[in-house]
Amino acid sequence: METIVSIKPLLAVLVTLFVIPVLVSSSSRPNVRESWIFVAGAVKLILVLSMLPVILDGKLIGLTLFEIAPGVSIAFRVDGLGMLFAIVAASLYIVTSIYSIGYMRGLDEHGQTRFVSFFALAISATMGAAFSANLLTLYLFYEVLSLATYPLVTHHQDGVSRISGRRYLAFILGTSIGFVLPAMMICYYLTGTLEFSQAGIFAGQLSKPAALVVLLMFVFGFAKAGIMPFHTWLPAAMVAPTPVSALLHAVAVVKVGVFSIVRVITGIFGVQMMADFNLGVVVMCIASVTILLASCIALSQDELKRRLAYSTISQLSYIIFGVALLSPQGLLGGVIHIAMHAFGKITLFFCAGAIFVATGKKYISQMSGLGRRMPFTFAAFFIGALGVIGLPPTGGFYSKWNLILGTLEAQQTIFMLVLLVSSFLNAFYFLPIVYKGFFGKLDDDDDDDDERSPVKIKEANLCLVIPLMITAVISIVLFFYPDIFVHLIKVGLALK
Amino acid sequence: MDNYPALIVVTPLLAALFAGLAAWIEERLSYPIALIGLAVSLFSGVKVLMQVIGSGPIVYRIAGWDAPMGIEYRIDLLNAMVLVLVSAIAFFNLIASCQSVNQETSDRAGSFYTIYLLFVTGLLGVTATGDLFNLYVLIEITSLTSYAMVALGDRDRGPMASLNYVFIGVIGASFYLLGVGYLYMQTGSLNMADVARILSGIHGSNTVLTAFILCMLGIWIKMALFPMHVWLPNAYAYSPVAFARVVAPLMTKVMVYVMIRLMITVFGFDYIFNTLHLSQAVVWLATIAILAGGVMALAQKNLKKMLAYIIVCEIGYMVGGAWMGNQLGMTGAILHILNDAVMTFALFLAVGNMVYRLKTVEISDLKGLFQKMPWTMTGFVLAGMSIIGVPPTCGFFSKWYLILGAFEQGAWHFAAALIISSLICAVLFFKVFEVCFFEPMPQGHGQAHAPVSIEEAPVAMLIVSGLVSISIIVIGLYSGAIVNSIILPFLH
Amino acid sequence: MTDLTALIVAKYNYWLYVILMMIGLYAMIAKNNLIKKLVGMNIFQTAIILFYVSIGYKRDATIPIIQSTGHDAHGAVIHAADYINPLPHVLMLTAIVVSVATFGVAMALAVRIYQRYQTLEEDELRMRISEE
Repeated sequence: METIVSIKPLLAVLVTLFVIPVLVSSSSRPNVRESWIFVAGAVKLILVLSMLPVILDGKLIGLTLFEIAPGVSIAFRVDGLGMLFAIVAASLYIVTSIYSIGYMRGLDEHGQTRFVSFFALAISATMGAAFSANLLTLYLFYEVLSLATYPLVTHHQDGVSRISGRRYLAFILGTSIGFVLPAMMICYYLTGTLEFSQAGIFAGQLSKPAALVVLLMFVFGFAKAGIMPFHTWLPAAMVAPTPVSALLHAVAVVKVGVFSIVRVITGIFGVQMMADFNLGVVVMCIASVTILLASCIALSQDELKRRLAYSTISQLSYIIFGVALLSPQGLLGGVIHIAMHAFGKITLFFCAGAIFVATGKKYISQMSGLGRRMPFTFAAFFIGALGVIGLPPTGGFYSKWNLILGTLEAQQTIFMLVLLVSSFLNAFYFLPIVYKGFFGKLDDDDDDDDERSPVKIKEANLCLVIPLMITAVISIVLFFYPDIFVHLIKVGLALK
Repeated sequence: MDNYPALIVVTPLLAALFAGLAAWIEERLSYPIALIGLAVSLFSGVKVLMQVIGSGPIVYRIAGWDAPMGIEYRIDLLNAMVLVLVSAIAFFNLIASCQSVNQETSDRAGSFYTIYLLFVTGLLGVTATGDLFNLYVLIEITSLTSYAMVALGDRDRGPMASLNYVFIGVIGASFYLLGVGYLYMQTGSLNMADVARILSGIHGSNTVLTAFILCMLGIWIKMALFPMHVWLPNAYAYSPVAFARVVAPLMTKVMVYVMIRLMITVFGFDYIFNTLHLSQAVVWLATIAILAGGVMALAQKNLKKMLAYIIVCEIGYMVGGAWMGNQLGMTGAILHILNDAVMTFALFLAVGNMVYRLKTVEISDLKGLFQKMPWTMTGFVLAGMSIIGVPPTCGFFSKWYLILGAFEQGAWHFAAALIISSLICAVLFFKVFEVCFFEPMPQGHGQAHAPVSIEEAPVAMLIVSGLVSISIIVIGLYSGAIVNSIILPFLH
Repeated sequence: MTDLTALIVAKYNYWLYVILMMIGLYAMIAKNNLIKKLVGMNIFQTAIILFYVSIGYKRDATIPIIQSTGHDAHGAVIHAADYINPLPHVLMLTAIVVSVATFGVAMALAVRIYQRYQTLEEDELRMRISEE
């Protein structure tokens, strides 16, 4: 494939990094600060989109920055997969920025400059991970992302967030240093390279048991993907302000974990080797366990954000599941779920945050009847839920459909059951919220004066409602027009 | 000009003399003299490094006497790099030191600068010399000055810490001296190159073995390899912070350099790894050092002491890498001399800034420091990341080579120790960060998020701290270039 | 047995220095009084000086001052074996300077410690320090 050398990927990564000093220096003028964020976000999105035609043409964009050791460098290479992820992250960053203005100001949070600065750093790292040309670069940005999100997770600086922060680091940093680093070193030691390539890098240098061990080290080591038993950081991280949960813990951070595993399976091991050693089935089993267990746990959660977190854990494993099917349809369904789930889940998180800002309610049991007060929010919630369950007319349907086709194509019919059961569970834990929201009895004490008066509409402020409407609409649009993403995946994975 | 090798060492020595004399007249004069001396030294160091990269090793004969009778300075890529490292850190630390010296040792600033310069002279001499006995004398100059410095620090605990340092330091130096004696008995020479030439024919000799073991023991004591590390934490924790900033990054690293120099230039790889069969035992010792250093650091309540134990741990990295017996391990060890010096320097610079403002660095006293000293803490976090080994900081890349070396040798325990120590360091640093980040300032009175006025260290200290923190990343990104242009050509 | 005796007698200088070193080391480790420790340290260093001096010595040799100088070089041929090796002795001049300097620093430290704590016994010092 033709590779074009361009500085654009580097710029796309750096633009939000370089805006940080500006953010810090304008910390006393929030409006100026926020407009800089939009400038940076827009520039970033434009840079990413400007690379899109080239990628769709089937070419690659590459840039080598530093030669670290023979065969290893810090380098960018934009391909279909990276492009898909970058578009999702860059576009949602802008939406989330609008949302976080409303959220942070609505709650009058402290340390907003710190918040937006680390947010920008995190999004830079995400972009870097998306554009990584090799495992070392990916690992680099993975670690930077872990550390950049720590101050965001622990934003409230109280006892609860301190404990959550500890758990967050212990799982994320512990696994990446403990598993990924040695596994990566083993790869480099055996092959002398860490470049991603369709054929894999091992070329028969790894026996089956050894390959299994290394693969498991990667799958569990990238704990951001939330594979059980290394998933508990994600519910803990829900102490963060909602914009963080929305963008980072539904899109950027967790998807970087999944994306890393996808890269390892498709770029380090290679689909062929995975199939030859039957490793796909192992990964599928692990993913299936996570899908089902996480869905069951989600049923029992009363705090909305925690339920969403467990739902995320389960959905992330769909992606890994799809890729581990190793069949064209499975790969397509798995990878496209990165985008589909992102738009669906971010909508749900936005709604959770909007409800919290407007009413101060965090628990599902308190939310009955709220739908009549916040119709837009709950409508968006409904669409988001449909997207995550995988029902039309949302993009989520497209990915689930392909996943199920993938199981048939790979002749893994048993695993199809996993998908179906899990979809039922998804419906069980999401739809009652919507139902109760619209039709439940409002148990509020402040308007007990007149029971029969029409409920006053009390939506959250516009900065909160508009973003969630946008993402909900995109969720539906993706059902009808998933073509760009499909094309990117086909280019990226050389699928027919 | 051909006298650069001598200038590197001689200028700080002369500057020490003048700084001492000037202090009699006017205490304030000694600081600029010291600054000029170290600037010249740094300049000469860089010149020499350029020259060595360009046209190979330089041999400088002191006073024109030929080796093996005279003393010669033999500067190759390795010690050119270490020379630049030492003079640069000494120079930049001096820039940052003016205020903290005035604060901590105000009445004795003149003697501080004199001893400081002598210490740096010693380190530079140790690095430059190609003579075994000269090496001993210079090691003792560094040691003597650091004894004095430690005593200048904490008025209560300093002298006691210093005296314990003296006892152990003397034992280490004496072992080394004894080893040199045995080498001299066997070869009749003290010039490193000459000794190496003679030794290559007599590998089986017991005298050589005795000499080797004694030299290594002596150097290990001086570099504080576990379990010979007991002097280090107290000595570093109670010395004046302006001195701790330079002794912590440099002293142990220069001793590691001496070890590598003896291993490569004097005894030779062939002797150490093919004739002797000690390497496995030493790698195990290094493994234990890494783990023990980390665990002991966990138990510390004082930030300086915690960092001192991290140094003990890092020594294990370098000793293990050097004794791995392959090129990758040695590359890692040499690269880590550079990286560890820079990141330890950055850490201690941050500690220096904290001491300047807070007077104490008990970890529990660091509450709310992210708000109070944001720039200092940024530097501290970066250096901490480098110690943990997060890319793209330089600490990651030396670890990279060390782990690869361990893989190649099948020393899985060493690789595991490196990874575990990364995890331990993560715990250590985040323990500190948590205190600084979560716990409100003492005067906050329950108002956890009340705005706290920024009270940063003086600008000079901040600038140096910032420069060094940036260089952590820059060195990390260019580590490939450093390995290719300095370390690999040296090892071939 | 006789072999061992012969070995000990033939290499008595080494045995002597090792014994001296051990005495010094013992004092440094086991003595409670700081001054005694310093004395031990000095013995330890002196032992090494003794070692160096003894390796320069040759049987039936004389001090390395060549009497016939300059012009009448045709005189007696100079055999290195006739003169003891001066180099180790010269080295020891430096080593003595080093050890004196070390001793001086250590004594100064001891004085400081005494001024601060009014004692030089290590166990008492440790108690005082831990009390504070």
